[in-house]
Amino acid sequence: MTSDYRKPLPVPSAVSAPFWEGLREGLLRIQCCRDCGRHVFYPRSLCPYCLSEELEWVGASGRGKLYSFTVVRRAMNPAFQEDVPYVYAIVELEEGPRVTANVVNCGLEALRVDMPLKAFYDSVTPEVTLLKFEPA
Amino acid sequence: MTLRRSAAITGIAELKPTKSAEGKTTLGIMAEVSRAAILDAGLTPGEIDGLLIGPPIIEMTAMWPSILGEYLKIHPKYENVVDLGGASPAGMVWRAAAAIQAGMCSVVLCVTGEASDVETFYTPRARKPSAQLPGREFDAPYGPMGVNSGYALIAQRHMFEYETTSRQLAKIAADQRTNACANPDALFYGHPLNVDDVLASPLVVDPLHLLEIVRPCTGGAAVVVVSPEIAKRSPRTPAWLLGAGECSRGTVLSQFETLTASPIAVSAPKAFEMAGVAHKDIDLVSVYDCYTITVLITLEDAGFCPKGRGGPFVEEHDLTYGGDLPLNTHGGQLSFGQPGLAGGMSHVTEAVRQLQGRAGERQVQGCELAFVNGNGGIMSEQVSLVLGVE
Repeated sequence: MTSDYRKPLPVPSAVSAPFWEGLREGLLRIQCCRDCGRHVFYPRSLCPYCLSEELEWVGASGRGKLYSFTVVRRAMNPAFQEDVPYVYAIVELEEGPRVTANVVNCGLEALRVDMPLKAFYDSVTPEVTLLKFEPA
Repeated sequence: MTLRRSAAITGIAELKPTKSAEGKTTLGIMAEVSRAAILDAGLTPGEIDGLLIGPPIIEMTAMWPSILGEYLKIHPKYENVVDLGGASPAGMVWRAAAAIQAGMCSVVLCVTGEASDVETFYTPRARKPSAQLPGREFDAPYGPMGVNSGYALIAQRHMFEYETTSRQLAKIAADQRTNACANPDALFYGHPLNVDDVLASPLVVDPLHLLEIVRPCTGGAAVVVVSPEIAKRSPRTPAWLLGAGECSRGTVLSQFETLTASPIAVSAPKAFEMAGVAHKDIDLVSVYDCYTITVLITLEDAGFCPKGRGGPFVEEHDLTYGGDLPLNTHGGQLSFGQPGLAGGMSHVTEAVRQLQGRAGERQVQGCELAFVNGNGGIMSEQVSLVLGVE
């Protein structure tokens, strides 16, 4: 199956692969440190809080809050031109870590910092599902 | 051990920014500003024994110090690339002083320059990050608009936490434009702006308007940092390094503990403490301004006003060269232009120009102490300096 998707796609590493595999199954998985108990994102080979190498994959609720957002009105990468204006945002997960994402299924005038959001799994190609968010 | 008065800037040089390269090459620009800075310092090429370079953003290659050293036929005993984004120029100044103090050299040429324009700058192939970097894997798929969208996220969050307004941010751009209109070298010289003009310009990345965002262009700048012995026999008034501080926090915004405060809260107090001066003593604020929000957060984190009060603070103070808090008197990058890393050097060169009393129409009267801040990435790398004359 071919895809005409032209935007940048993630190239998973051995460390990050479980995250991307989870999204493809409609599951949000992030790492948690067995030693200090902190949740970790983006995926790493060690815990940035205590340097433990004992990170395990755990399910996350997919719920979060809009930490900040912008509306991109001019695309820098031409592949995004068809989407403008679109929302580029940072979302704070219920578990603590923050992630970059797009907010979808939300009118621009309804956007508010701190608004509750829930995960939206966007299968942009047969191989890749991106984590996005929509109003909860 | 301190860097206070360990070295001074004597010579400076800066090209007038242009909207396109006009046939110039990056190496040619670096050579041109090097020559001018050496002559301005009253030195000869043979006396240059240190070389620091800010890596061009577009034209990435290895071993820039060797390339420029060969072109100029100089043989530095101390050389390096200082890769802190827009904070590189300020970072070069204290690294030069530290090398001089360590006895490795006595005259360090610090060079930035770039042949660039809007089209080249925004061509994705110009900068292709490694697929294995976190920013590429977890950020790029969502369509960031270069660093514009990062600063927009910072501004949006600052507005949420502190009720900062677009009108307050626009005041910074308007005051800096007034300064640029007294600087014939500024890209936007002769084009005055008021707050309403800024607010009427198109929203590009909410809440930032077009006129709150820098414009990539071509240009270059260099400074010569010398030992105290050489400074004392310089034909120029030495602008002494009195204090320096630096702090970093990565490049991916989701990883920052907060978007609304920066590592300037670490770098600036260190610079002030080393210099032994207070904010009220500062005659000129010359700080990195890729966006209006950058200046506002810098004023807060450097301690010119309480955290979160940057908005009212810029409304209450006149930031023009004749005002009560002269800030970015050359126009800042917003109005002078941002020729790659030379944009960050412009805050250093303007501080030296003002301290040496050669800023012309925009000269700040009695300018003896300047606060300089360099910012790299998305408020990632921070370098603060205090410069002064006797």
